[in-house]
Order: sequence, then structure tokens, then C-alpha cells
Amino acid sequence: MTLEYVLFILIIVVGTAGELCLGRAMRETGELERLRLSDAFSLLGRALRLKWIWIGVAMMATAFFSLVTLLSFEDVSFVVPVTALSYLVGAVGGIFFLGERVSWQRWVGIGLVCIGVTMVVISR
Amino acid sequence: MNQETFAVSSPILDTQTATAPSQVHTLHLKTYLLIGMMIITGPVGNLLLAKSTKQVGEIKVWPLSELVGAFVRIFSSFTIWAGISCLIAFIIAYMLALSIADYSFVQPAAALGYAVIAVLGVLVLHEKVTLLHWAGIVVICLGVSFVRNTHPRTTETPD
Repeated sequence: MTLEYVLFILIIVVGTAGELCLGRAMRETGELERLRLSDAFSLLGRALRLKWIWIGVAMMATAFFSLVTLLSFEDVSFVVPVTALSYLVGAVGGIFFLGERVSWQRWVGIGLVCIGVTMVVISR
Repeated sequence: MNQETFAVSSPILDTQTATAPSQVHTLHLKTYLLIGMMIITGPVGNLLLAKSTKQVGEIKVWPLSELVGAFVRIFSSFTIWAGISCLIAFIIAYMLALSIADYSFVQPAAALGYAVIAVLGVLVLHEKVTLLHWAGIVVICLGVSFVRNTHPRTTETPD
């Protein structure tokens, strides 16, 4: 049970922090101009030279192995929705780490997502 | 062969006019398409991972030899590599989406994947999904519709 909580924390907090690092890197590369494979790969190539990508990848890898372990003894339709708690972590990180403006509508949306997640957990 | 032969720009690019409304339209379209790719590849990848790990059974974290043995068995199956491929596609779509839109927009919008994974969990893994579980998924979708009403990008693009 304790192991479950540790794994959930690794997935939610470290995983979200890793994604925020990816977000930071993709701010530096600039916007994907057109939906073309060549454009996409040149953008990704530029991104791979940024340190934020690798910090993010390391954090996400940690979260990934935690997920693999947790999925071995928990239902996938339980595990994956619980990790959606990372939306709160993500929104706060988006504001302070990426300088995004989260409007009330977006907060309502994130709040509803969290309520939905809680319902999914209780339903078990 | 001269490299410049390949550097011919496409006519599609040249005829693109950079008017503000069409840019906003393109921004939304690109974001939605990439999020659409995310909510399909993400759940399918997770489902394949779950399938491959379930085949192995419960992983013992200690002693370490048990853990290593379990990982070796998991990573020698085809299913996990199919799952990993899906998740790589997911990460690529995610990164491209983040180059266009806010993290606090893309992340909640990708929650639509939970509806996809519940359906796949029922259909493929024959997991039981209760009424409350479905109701939770409906609320998640409602939340995403609120996020959708906000502008995808609230920060400036650095040059």
C-alpha cells in the first residue's frame, strides 16, 4: 500500500515536472509553423539540443518506470485516471514555471477534471 | 548532386498569407490535430503496456534479482515495444503541441484520452467500469470543454 503511494507520487509530481521541462524547451524552439513531417523533425532536432529536454526526459523516465511497476498490480482504468491529479500540479507549474495566464474558465475546467478524477477513484 | 535542387520551396508555403484571423484558425487547427493524435496514441500505448505487464504478473521490487528478472521478461515481449512506440508518438505529438499552445491548455485537453482508455479497458482487457466511473469521465470531458473555450496560447513566442 505504501509502495502504491510512493509510485503515485513519482508518477504525478515527477512526471508533471518533467512535462513542464518539455514545455520550457518547446518555448525556446519556437512554434511549429506547419503540420509537416519535415518541419516537425527539424523542430524536434532543435529541441533535442536543449538541456530542458534531457532534464524532462530523465524525470519522465522515472515516472514511466513507476507506471510500469504500478500497472503490474493495478487496473489500467484506475491507475491512469488517478494520475490526472497532475492537472493541479501542471496548472500551478504552468503559471510559475512557464509564465502562462490561467483564466477562470481554465481553472473551472481543471477543477472539473479533478472532480471527475475523484469520482473515478471513489467508484472503485 | 547540388543540394540546392532540393531546396525548392513549395507553392503551398508561398501562397500562405499571414493575416491574423487565419493565423488564429491555423493555431487552433494545429493544436486540435496534435491533441487528437495524443488522445489516441497515449491510451493505446498505456493499454499495451498494461497488457504486457499483466502477462508477467505482479512485480516484486525486492530482492533486486526478482525486479531485474521481471523487467527482462517484460521487455522481451512484442506488446511492450508496440506500447513504447505508441508512447513515443504520443511524446512527439505532445512536444509539438507544446510548441504551439500552453501547457495548461494541452495537458487538460489531453484528458479526453481517459474516456478512450476506459472504453479500451472494457473492450480489450474486459475490466469492469462502474456507472460512477463513467460519470467521472463525463465530468472530465465537461472540464475539458471549459479549457477548450480559453485561448490556447497566453505567452509570447520568443524569437
